[in-house]
Amino acid sequence: MQIREQFPALDQKVYGKPLVYLDNGATAQKPRQVLDVLQEMQAGMNGNIHRAVHYLSVQCTERYDRARAAVRDFINASSENEIVFTGGTTASLNLLAFSFGQTYIRPGDRIIVTQAEHHSNIVPWQMMCQRTGALLEVWEVEDTGALDPKKLEQILDRPGEAPRLLAVTHISNVLGIVNPMEEIIRIAHYYHVPVAVDGAQGIVHKKVDVRKMDADFYVFSGHKLYGPTGTGVLYGKEKYLEEMVPWQGGGDMIETVSLTRGTTYAPPPMKFEAGTANFIGIAGLGAAVEFVNGLDTNAIEAYEKKITEKAIESLQKIEGCRIYGIPGTYYGQVYEKIPVFSMSIEGAHPSDIAMLLDKKGIAARSGMLCAEPLLERFQQTSVLRASFALYNTLEELDYFVESLQKVLKMLR
Amino acid sequence: MMTIQEKQAEIVEEFAYLEDWMDKYEYLIELGKKLPPLEESSRQEKNLIKGCQSRVWLDVSRKEGKLFFKADSDALITKGIISLLVHVFSGHTPAQILDSDMSFIEKIGLKEHLSPTRANGLLSMMQQIQMYALVANTENPA
Repeated sequence: MQIREQFPALDQKVYGKPLVYLDNGATAQKPRQVLDVLQEMQAGMNGNIHRAVHYLSVQCTERYDRARAAVRDFINASSENEIVFTGGTTASLNLLAFSFGQTYIRPGDRIIVTQAEHHSNIVPWQMMCQRTGALLEVWEVEDTGALDPKKLEQILDRPGEAPRLLAVTHISNVLGIVNPMEEIIRIAHYYHVPVAVDGAQGIVHKKVDVRKMDADFYVFSGHKLYGPTGTGVLYGKEKYLEEMVPWQGGGDMIETVSLTRGTTYAPPPMKFEAGTANFIGIAGLGAAVEFVNGLDTNAIEAYEKKITEKAIESLQKIEGCRIYGIPGTYYGQVYEKIPVFSMSIEGAHPSDIAMLLDKKGIAARSGMLCAEPLLERFQQTSVLRASFALYNTLEELDYFVESLQKVLKMLR
Repeated sequence: MMTIQEKQAEIVEEFAYLEDWMDKYEYLIELGKKLPPLEESSRQEKNLIKGCQSRVWLDVSRKEGKLFFKADSDALITKGIISLLVHVFSGHTPAQILDSDMSFIEKIGLKEHLSPTRANGLLSMMQQIQMYALVANTENPA
């Protein structure tokens, strides 16, 4: 496949075996056009942005601004002012939990999270509740791994006690089930509840249109989207970003600073970008977004669907294998699945399986996948996960299944 | 009875015959399967060491000034390594344990399994073994 050749990291051997990289849910490999930008800027085009009039600064500022325009375009935000650059999904959520909490939350307010969240979309809200006296409530996951919108209505429909925020993942990093965001957000908005969407996995596998979805906030990382580590995005509707107090103070986020008259802040997005931004990383993120934009997303979605169907079919043939998150039509909604397969297999521990697969060249994950509440809900302390990206092949899927069967023979 | 050092040297020698990774893991799996599971009475919350990757249970007893360890894990390779650790350190005095090192783990190529980031419970288990030895040694110095 042509796409594959653009990722130099895929062309390597580990323990003498060709690398089969199936940990894309954790981080993705980078295409050459991203690596070239990073190399070019680290090696020469390096001048701090927004501050100076000299050539290098102007060049870097231009790259940084171009990345913002690319991201705006990519998720169809109304304005570049709605795109805040951060260090990643976790940083975006911490920023949001702090600034939203300080601005809007009073003691006794309710915040809703789902049971399917990554720790990054749980812990910042718990910390926010501790700071503000708000209460955290949980929207539970069904046996299928799907979220039933009717349960959400039950949580929201308490006259006079509408929650202040719903934090929900677009696609769980464990289940791979695509939540019906438009329906979820429609329901939440009916009760005047704003919605923050964790898009760490969603942005990679789905065409995201924040306006069509009507998300109030949508956050994601660069490194899972074929971009550099240490980069991320917080999309927020302009009215919220205007009202919200900043998280961190420092250079670049101010309008005027005075030791006697106090400080005024820059308008968003700069209000939320204190200090020297990771401008080289963000330029790399811009390149990654341009890379993904240049792909045929329909063809990729069709290809990923094929991998998903084939993987479920092969894995279900393995005795005692349970896959978490099965696509289907439930609760009046269609639940698709991205090629992320978390499973438990009777008689074999995920960590043993992952260790043995590693020595066969396969990078798979085992453990709690930063989603302890979700694993607890399925009575597991560890699962095995194989997560595919657009550059993985059907041959790699076959090799994974075949190796899995061999490894199980050793363990059972 | 062999000293801790002698036991470690013996393990290093055994592992020298295991050429590739699959051989090593197969051997550890075999050891893991052979290690008797901890009785239900010892497999309790108080003996549990939680890790992200796997869970480990450690039970310690003391007899005639020596410490005896029994341990278990839900993961087989971890259990195999536990079997080695228990074999090496069980039946020795606190002073002997405190005086020893764990260089054999590195020599047999399993160092990564005891790294703090691995979160499989093994490192915490070793720290607990040393902690027991330290406490026992303070209470009743050799």
